[in-house]
Amino acid sequence: MAKNDWPLFEVFIRSKQGLDHRHVGSVHAIDAEMALTNARDLYTRRGEGVSIWVVASNDIVASNPEESGTFFDPAEDKAYRHPTFYEVPDDVEFL
Amino acid sequence: MSNSSEALFNFCLRLGDSNLILGHRLSEWCGHAPILEEDMALMNVALDLLGQTRVLLTYAGEVEGKGRDEDKLAYHRDTFDFKNVQLVEQPNGDFAETLARQCFFDNYHYLLLEKLSVSSDQTLRDHANKALKEVRYHCQHSGEWIVRLGDGTEESHRRMQDAINETWCFTGELFTDTAEDRELAEAGVVALPSSLKDGWNKQLSAILSEATLERPEDVPVPAMGKAGAHSEHLGYLLAEMQFLQRSYPDATW
Amino acid sequence: MSMNAPGLTEDQRNQAFSEYVGDESKVEPKDWMPEAYRKSLVRQISQHAHSEIIGMYPEGNWLTRAPSLRRKVALLAKVQDEAGHGMYLYSAVETLGVSRDDLFDDLLSGKAKYSSIFNYPTLTWADIGAVGWLVDSAAIINQVPLCRCSYGPYARAMVKICKEESFHQRQGFEIMNTMAKGTDAQHRMAQDALNRWWWPSVMMFGPPDNESKHSAQSMAWKIKRHSNDDLRQRYVDVMVPQAEFMGLTIPDPDIKWNEERGHYDYGDIDWTEFKQVMAGHGQCNKQRIETRQAAHENGRWVRDAALAYAEKKAARKAASKVAAE
Repeated sequence: MAKNDWPLFEVFIRSKQGLDHRHVGSVHAIDAEMALTNARDLYTRRGEGVSIWVVASNDIVASNPEESGTFFDPAEDKAYRHPTFYEVPDDVEFL
Repeated sequence: MSNSSEALFNFCLRLGDSNLILGHRLSEWCGHAPILEEDMALMNVALDLLGQTRVLLTYAGEVEGKGRDEDKLAYHRDTFDFKNVQLVEQPNGDFAETLARQCFFDNYHYLLLEKLSVSSDQTLRDHANKALKEVRYHCQHSGEWIVRLGDGTEESHRRMQDAINETWCFTGELFTDTAEDRELAEAGVVALPSSLKDGWNKQLSAILSEATLERPEDVPVPAMGKAGAHSEHLGYLLAEMQFLQRSYPDATW
Repeated sequence: MSMNAPGLTEDQRNQAFSEYVGDESKVEPKDWMPEAYRKSLVRQISQHAHSEIIGMYPEGNWLTRAPSLRRKVALLAKVQDEAGHGMYLYSAVETLGVSRDDLFDDLLSGKAKYSSIFNYPTLTWADIGAVGWLVDSAAIINQVPLCRCSYGPYARAMVKICKEESFHQRQGFEIMNTMAKGTDAQHRMAQDALNRWWWPSVMMFGPPDNESKHSAQSMAWKIKRHSNDDLRQRYVDVMVPQAEFMGLTIPDPDIKWNEERGHYDYGDIDWTEFKQVMAGHGQCNKQRIETRQAAHENGRWVRDAALAYAEKKAARKAASKVAAE
């Protein structure tokens, strides 16, 4: 059987103004314009969205889980980036 | 019923029945579309049309004032009382035929709703303003497909052109004025069908030319379906659609 | 230690993976996973997706005959949801590096399985009630635990699906209840539908625990959470009072409340029938697959044309960009 599957696009939806777009899944489409309408028809049937992004799945660049140690562990011991690292005397307000 | 409310009643049936029959035809595609994404799209259009049907038939029943509700009107009239245009009762055929029928109707529907959105009738005005948003999307969906198929492969171009040619003869009726249409236009309910023709021609020419398709010659036709004259297809459609209501008239569902 | 850490042996990765999922942590597409886990997911999720797609046909069979406009739109929205759920699930399988086209091939060639329940015919309008009430209730009991499945994309798809399915079940119950309490003819249709759909729906939970070949491993991997028989018992416990409420009789004379167990007892299941249908000898196996094949084949020229159009459009865009430079 000849293979002619339409390309895959990842779909991101903003559920309401003030929130980020969130990844919800994917659709097949011949181009980005069609991906938008297909995403609208599939992922917003119950009013789940006010804005949609689509991006060709092949264009997503992702970090490699094998390197997640190198990538993310070094951030874990930098407690001084968080407010709780610092001592605040009990009687000081607005800090 | 006074003359003017009879004309209004018939108008609601004409548009309501067209929506019903087309929604019904589209629902026949469910599970049979070329790709799942398109099943979703076609069913969304069908659901929009059936939703609009319910508003219009309910209103028709109110205007008539004989206690008929949407289901009484949808399930207990025979072909000669159905007022849909013949275009929408045509069988689905292949995907190209379905999309030709859809594109012709969508663009007519949109222009009609635009006029209806400034109607002297409040209910129709509200209906139009809500439905316009849906139908705008329908136009986009069907128009894009005409272009893709027209300008796709050799086979799709041939099929799309054939579909346009075969279906074209049913478009004349959309713009035919009847005595009732003139009455409604005078009362400011809705503009004459013939006044939609130029806008429709412009839309269709743009779509067809982008799709590299030829526009067929117009054929002059009388108002057929609008006057209750139908093709043989409608009888079968109604027999199927109305079967339960007709077989068990004392039941509620 | 993470199963993703560089330089681990296969055994170390397997060990790390077992501990990881054992701790209720979620696996995401690019994480290292045992090949058998991946295969097991592909099999389960794609079967599930195929079931949603084939599941459109028994109910789609009544779309054009729905007895009121309200019922017509509800059924159409429901069958459309099934297509949608199939798509959510295919989308989840595709994160495992399998193409949807390949999965379709497996379905259309008869290689892939789908839920046997959809190989039974829908003969009257009450069957639409029965499918919604019995089959969707069973599906929900099966599916709710999957929302916590260890594979993230599957779990997330299931959350969406479960949320949407609750209307399906109510829609079915409403139809069934209306008919059970309607005219004699309607009641008869409702009882007849229950008679035909009861046992197949009880079988939807799969073979008994001692014969289920994938269960133990799936539970260790947190793909599955409850045994087939446990879920089946819960189903019977939920459905019996609902049938009583409607004045319908479940076609199993052995159904009886067991005070000691705190559950309903039920009769022996005829697994030979289940195996027959699974093996392709159900009333509608051939018809369902042929319908799907026809849709796929008849749509080929459309899919090809759309792709050809996209290529032309992209080429024209590229050419006009060159011309403009």
